[in-house]
Order: sequence, then structure tokens, then C-alpha cells
Amino acid sequence: MNTPIPDPDDALILDSIDRFLERDVRPVVRELEANDVYPQKIVDQLVELGLFGATIAPEYGGLGLSAETYAKIIERISAVWMSVSGFFNSHLIMAAAVQRFGRDEQKQQFLPRFASGELRGGIALTEPDCGTDLQAIRTRAVKDGEEYVVNGTKTWITNSSAGGILAVLVKTDVNTQPPHRGMSLLLVEKGPGFTVTRKLDKLGYRGIDTAELVFEDCRVPATNLVGDTEGRGLQQILAGLELGRINIAARGVGIARVCLEESLAYAQHRQSFGKPIGEHQSIQIKLADMATRVESARLLTESAARAYDSGERCDMEAGMAKLFASEAAVSNSLEAMRIHGAYGYSKEFNIERYYRDAPLLAIGEGTNELQKIIIAKQLIERSRV
Amino acid sequence: MKVLVPVKRVIDANIKVRVKSDQSGVELNNVKMAMNPFCEIAVEEAIRLKEAGAAEEIVLVTAGIRQSQETLRSGLAMGADRGILIETDEALEPLAVAKLLKAVVEREEPGLVLLGKQAIDGDNNQTGQMLAGLLNWSIGSFVSKLETGDGSISVVREVDGGLEKVRLKSPAIVTVDLRLNEPRYASLPNIMKAKKKPIDMFTPEDLGVGVAPRVTVLKVVEPPARDAGVKVSSAAELVEKLRQEAKVI
Ligand SMILES: Cc1cc2nc3c(=O)[nH]c(=O)nc-3n(C[C@H](O)[C@H](O)[C@H](O)COP(=O)(O)OP(=O)(O)OC[C@H]3O[C@@H](n4cnc5c(N)ncnc54)[C@H](O)[C@@H]3O)c2cc1C
Repeated sequence: MNTPIPDPDDALILDSIDRFLERDVRPVVRELEANDVYPQKIVDQLVELGLFGATIAPEYGGLGLSAETYAKIIERISAVWMSVSGFFNSHLIMAAAVQRFGRDEQKQQFLPRFASGELRGGIALTEPDCGTDLQAIRTRAVKDGEEYVVNGTKTWITNSSAGGILAVLVKTDVNTQPPHRGMSLLLVEKGPGFTVTRKLDKLGYRGIDTAELVFEDCRVPATNLVGDTEGRGLQQILAGLELGRINIAARGVGIARVCLEESLAYAQHRQSFGKPIGEHQSIQIKLADMATRVESARLLTESAARAYDSGERCDMEAGMAKLFASEAAVSNSLEAMRIHGAYGYSKEFNIERYYRDAPLLAIGEGTNELQKIIIAKQLIERSRV
Repeated sequence: MKVLVPVKRVIDANIKVRVKSDQSGVELNNVKMAMNPFCEIAVEEAIRLKEAGAAEEIVLVTAGIRQSQETLRSGLAMGADRGILIETDEALEPLAVAKLLKAVVEREEPGLVLLGKQAIDGDNNQTGQMLAGLLNWSIGSFVSKLETGDGSISVVREVDGGLEKVRLKSPAIVTVDLRLNEPRYASLPNIMKAKKKPIDMFTPEDLGVGVAPRVTVLKVVEPPARDAGVKVSSAAELVEKLRQEAKVI
């Protein structure tokens, strides 16, 4: 199946991305992935390509790409190695929170360094005891003069070990009701009191660092609070997650597509009972379902990205795209494995990697169960009787 | 030194080319286009000369339909300084292109013209040589190594018998071969900057060059399909088949 020809503005960008992937990523994926090696050279190339500033505004040195273009980049990368999209995605969610809600000096202080890739990071929300229910976090930040003192534990934090900064969701007030009014977002740079305790060993999404962190009397300048006032942290980070969900959806499109493409090729080569397996009806049905999922997932993702670009509220659209495209990736990777038979199960083919990478998409940036809750709530709110 | 790099828009090298149903040519509608890979090598070499301090300015030129600007943009994103589009809807033959390029060379007065040895669409392998003939300049074709010196350019040519080292008097024409370099991909910030680089527009009439085709294409057809090969299970079987069926040994 052909990917549609992009308009000229996107064409040059996507062409560079394709060349980077073919030349510098594809040949090394299998080895780096198998050994869970942090691909420093690839990260350096992402810096060089400008991707750490992809969605940051040009006035801060970023590229100011639309979510629509961004999603196309993510789709392409994920069709080669999903982990590569992770190095700059949570970094850009952090940047989006600063760009949308930060004070002017704060934007000047951080955004140019985020955009150039000199200072890289991610977002630290999840804790050992809570992920979906973020209002239950226990990490605290207590104001002490011109500083906050942070104490607590975060886990499953991507880019935390290799990165230099994180947007950390903390409680600045534990007594307020509802609890989110007591939650704030703090930019915490690596330093005393901020320890990475353990790198996590994962089923998929390997190569990229996901780790457990401890903050122990970690002192952060009070000016690193995102925005003017405490108590806005949850909304600030949830707003950034809209882009995050479009990104997850685009990853889903990429994986679902490559599973289809590899299956289509295989089904025409592999013979059984005197004909290519692609001529057996049960394989054809699989291919038809896979292709339909790819196309639907892409359209939902494009439409969510367009809604995001137009500045409309798009939590429902982003949620639908994320839900559908991630499930498409999970289904297509399993179908691809069946079509490939034993070779799908082999470490010498890519299919088993897609099969291990895809389920993260159903969990990260809000589980699919949570997406359904968001979608349903919005549906009712938008059509009250 | 100013370097002029003529570039051509062709069907992307990774696309399977299809013949139009009326056999008048190949299908270009809805097909991904790109810069001819040999032209990319020429652009890359010009940028390397500039980075090494041997060139001051890189000017790209292309002749063709308006969308050929995209090809110029991709070279500007790699690092060239400005572009020239000679806009025409005419199907251009190598001699017409060489004449247009001669007119551009006379305006721009470059010290070096770097071209691809051929374009992957027509595989003509003529434009550089014709341009050298029209200008009466020295030329090094099929170049896999290039060094600039005082008033001269040394190149290594890939010829049938091996490698040939030639020193060219400046100004010169060089057509580049595959092994000269590996072209860079443009970074995204450079793609953005390239949008602001100037592109001058001309028509063949502006340059006083007639480009009407001299060759009439009668028909374009697909190469005949080849039968699938067979797998042999042993060397003995292979020898047997070569002897009995192919009758080559
Ligand atoms: C590879 C990887 C990278 C990650 N990177 C980051 C990162 O960079 N930063 C970060 O902060 N986090 C990160 N995470 C954590 C991720 O965001 C959480 O895992 C996710 O939000 C789910 O939280 P949880 O694991 O605590 O599951 P839980 O919240 O404990 O959920 C368990 C199950 O219960 C369901 N559930 C929970 N509440 C409800 C409800 N109200 N209704 C219905 N069902 C419900 C969930 O859908 C899920 O099926 C990462 C996770 C992984 C696997």
C-alpha cells in the first residue's frame, strides 16, 4: 500500500526523515534493540535534524511544525523503530507545557535550550502507586524561601536517566479539595537530591531509558514552577497530553502499517499447497482487515491533529485516535505474526519486535480504558439533552 | 570561486516507473518526484568545497516545469545559496539544456560547473559534455574524486580500464559519478531556512535559447516481462541444465 504523497512543504521534511531512517536507523535497530543499548548516535542525529524543537515555536528556536506534520514524522519513525520517537516526544510535551503556560522569563530561559536539544528531558507523572489516578500522587514540593524542596518517588519515567531535566508533577498543597487544585508542575534539572535509582527492563520500547527516580530534599528554584501560581499542574500537563496522544496514535499507524506491508510482501512469496498464501481466503481476510485498520487509524489521527492545529478542544478526537490506532497496532502485529507463521515468532524477523512494542501504545499517555472514559464524558457533554 | 550546479527533477529512484496507457511516455501523475541522485552528489560536492573554503557561493539551476522549484528547494536545504529556474513546459533534450546552461554560465561566470554524469530518467549522459563543447571549456567526466588547486582542478575519472587522473584548467565542467560522496540529508532547520533563499525565474526566451524538441518519441513500452527463474537443488543439476537447456557449456 502506498503512503499518500505529501504536499511540497512536508515533502522535504519527510524525505529527510526517510533518509535518516534508512541510512542511520534501520541497519542498526536489531542489534541495539536486542541488547537494550541507548542509541547515543541516533539521539545526536535527532539533535542535528532539529527534532527536539519540532513543535516549539520558531521565536524560541523551534521549527513550529503543525501537529499534522509532526504526526507524519512519528508514523514514519515508528514504522522503523518506535523507540526513536520517544526521545523527543515526552521532551516536547514538557516544552508544550512551558510554552503554553510558562511565564515569559521562563520561556526565554528554557525553550531555546529545549529546541536546540542542548537540554533534553521528559515528564514525570507516574508513581509506584498510581498512574491513571494522578490525583493520588504523593511527591511533595514544599516552598522554602526562594526554593521548593521536593521529596518523593516517580517510576516509569522515560528520558529520565539520559536527560537533564524533567517536568515533575508534584503536590504543593495536600489539603485542598479537589486534590488537583493542590498539584503543580515543576521543572527539575539534574542535581543534588535527584537520583535515578533503577533503569527498568521492558518487554518492548527498548533502547530508550525508562527509569525509577527518587527526590530526596531536592532543592529547585521557585521560578521553575510552570506558570504564575500553584495548583494548575494537572491541567497544564493534561493539555500537553493531547499532543502526546496524537503522537501515540501516529505511532500506532506506523506499526500497524509496517505490519501490513511486511505481511503483504510475505503473503505473496510464501507458498503453501501450490500457491502463495495470499491466495488463501483466510489470509486475504486478515490482509483486508489490517489494511482497513491502517486507513481508519490514519484518518482519525490526521483529523485529531488538524483539530489540535486549529486550536479547538480535541481531547475526544485525540482520545479516539489514540484508542483506535493503538488497538490497530496491537491487532495488526498479532495478525502479522500469524501470517508469518514461525518466522513471525523468530528474532530474525521484525514482526516479533512490533508485537512487543505495540502494547505500550494501549497503556502509555493514558490507558485505552481511560480514553473510553474521556470519550464518553465528552460525548455526553457535547450533546446534553 | 562560484560553483554552478545544474539539477534535474526526476521520478524518485525508489518508485517503480509505469508506462502511460497511451504509450506516450511514463506516468508522472501522482508520482513522487525527487532530485536526480547524481545531481545530489554534485550538490553535496559543491557544499563540501564551500565548507573547505574552496568555494564562496553555490548556485543551483534547473530547467523544467514550475514544480521543479521543489528540486531547487531541496538543494537549497542541503546548503546551496540560491537557485535559478528556467521555466518551460517543453520536453527538454540534452542539447537544449546545454544551451540554456551555457546562457546561465555566461551570466553567472562560475569557476566550476558540477553536474551529475546523467539523469536516471533518460540516462542520456550528454548534457555536461555538450555544455563543455558549447563553451569550449575543459571537462572531467565520471568523476569519483575532486580536488581544487591554484587555477586548476584535479579529478579522478572512472573509466573502463580503471581510474584516470586528470588536471583541468579552470573554469571547468565536472560530471560526477556514484562513488564521489554520499549526499547528506537536510536538517529540518535548514529546510525551514531554505524557504527564504532566493530563486530567480527565467524563461528560455529570456535567455534567447530555442528549446523545441528535435526528436519525436513514437512510443514508450514496458520492457518484456521475464519468466521466473528456477531453483536447482545441486551443482550437478545446474551443470546439466546449462548444458542441455541453456546450451551455453
Ligand atoms: C514504557 C513505558 C514508558 C512510560 N513513560 C512514562 C513517562 O515518561 N512519564 C510518566 O509519567 N509515565 C510513564 N509511563 C507510565 C504510564 O503513563 C502509566 O503506566 C499509565 O498511565 C498507566 O498507569 P499505571 O501503570 O499505574 O496503571 P493503573 O493506573 O494502575 O491502571 C491499571 C489498570 O486499571 C485500569 N484503570 C485505572 N483506573 C481506571 C478507571 N477509573 N476506570 C477504568 N479502568 C481503570 C487501567 O486502564 C489499567 O488497565 C510509562 C509506562 C511505560 C510502560
